[in-house]
Amino acid sequence: MVKINGNVENVDGQKLTDYLDNSEYRPGTFVVEINEEIVHKEDYEGVILHDGDTVEIVQFMGGGC
Amino acid sequence: MEENKDTFKLGDKEFTSRFILGSGKYSMNLIKAAVENGGAQIVTLSVRRANTKEHENILDYVPEGVTILPNTSGARNAKEAVRIARMARELGCGNFVKIEIMGDTKYLFPDNNETIKATEELAKEGFVVLPYMFPDLYAARALKEAGAAAVMPLAAPIGSNKGLAAKQFIQVLIDEMDIPVIVDAGIGKPSQACEAMEMGATAVMANTAVATAEDIPMMAGAFKSAIEAGRKAHLAGLGRVLERGASASDPLTGFLRD
Repeated sequence: MVKINGNVENVDGQKLTDYLDNSEYRPGTFVVEINEEIVHKEDYEGVILHDGDTVEIVQFMGGGC
Repeated sequence: MEENKDTFKLGDKEFTSRFILGSGKYSMNLIKAAVENGGAQIVTLSVRRANTKEHENILDYVPEGVTILPNTSGARNAKEAVRIARMARELGCGNFVKIEIMGDTKYLFPDNNETIKATEELAKEGFVVLPYMFPDLYAARALKEAGAAAVMPLAAPIGSNKGLAAKQFIQVLIDEMDIPVIVDAGIGKPSQACEAMEMGATAVMANTAVATAEDIPMMAGAFKSAIEAGRKAHLAGLGRVLERGASASDPLTGFLRD
């Protein structure tokens, strides 16, 4: 099982690019981190999601003080 | 002095506007008008888990040419702040970062010790680091030593709109620090922003005061005017205050009596 943004998902063995394509994240607006390491866009190809991985997909939101 | 020559620098960027605007707590479609009315050249954003359901992105609403200042809100220690800052940079809007580290959930006071640690790490990694801090001179010096491009002392608890509660301590930072002092958090109305500028602050940041106003773009405009007025007053040099008594401004001769 892979934990993605706090949700446990059954995507073990899936390619990161396939996961992103199947999800509805808007291209170009997010960053992916796997096990606290940033995955650069140019490295998405070839990344496989493994059982036990923790994935964070983040974007900019409003924020201030 | 020509007005547009009165600039300040953060990293290698030069700014003429001394109003930094936050983008939290209000709807995205008002951001553009608030930025434009406020004349803000720097806007802060946060980094959060992406939402697949909403396809609109806040960057669509920030006018072109505005410098994005991501914050590390949500971080409870230096390690988490560094992690968020790296993600923010990866999002591709430059290398500015506002460090916000809050361990306390009631008062949301910034943790100066952790902030110094994060500043050191991120400055080494090439970030332009703007740390939100509790106004303490030793911490401000340590932040500068750690590579901060400015310090951002709080005026009052974040989001409180209580104004310059920490006025005396902010004045110490303004007087003693030779990096920009940007007054952040707690500024609740334009007159308080004006006062901070009169004191010699380099710039003022506001969010909640604008976001909770009835007319958000108009309030952004009011802050712009206040900050410009305060800056001019500072440059002009404030008139003196008498210890006691009065001092006539009119001639003391030629009265219509013998």
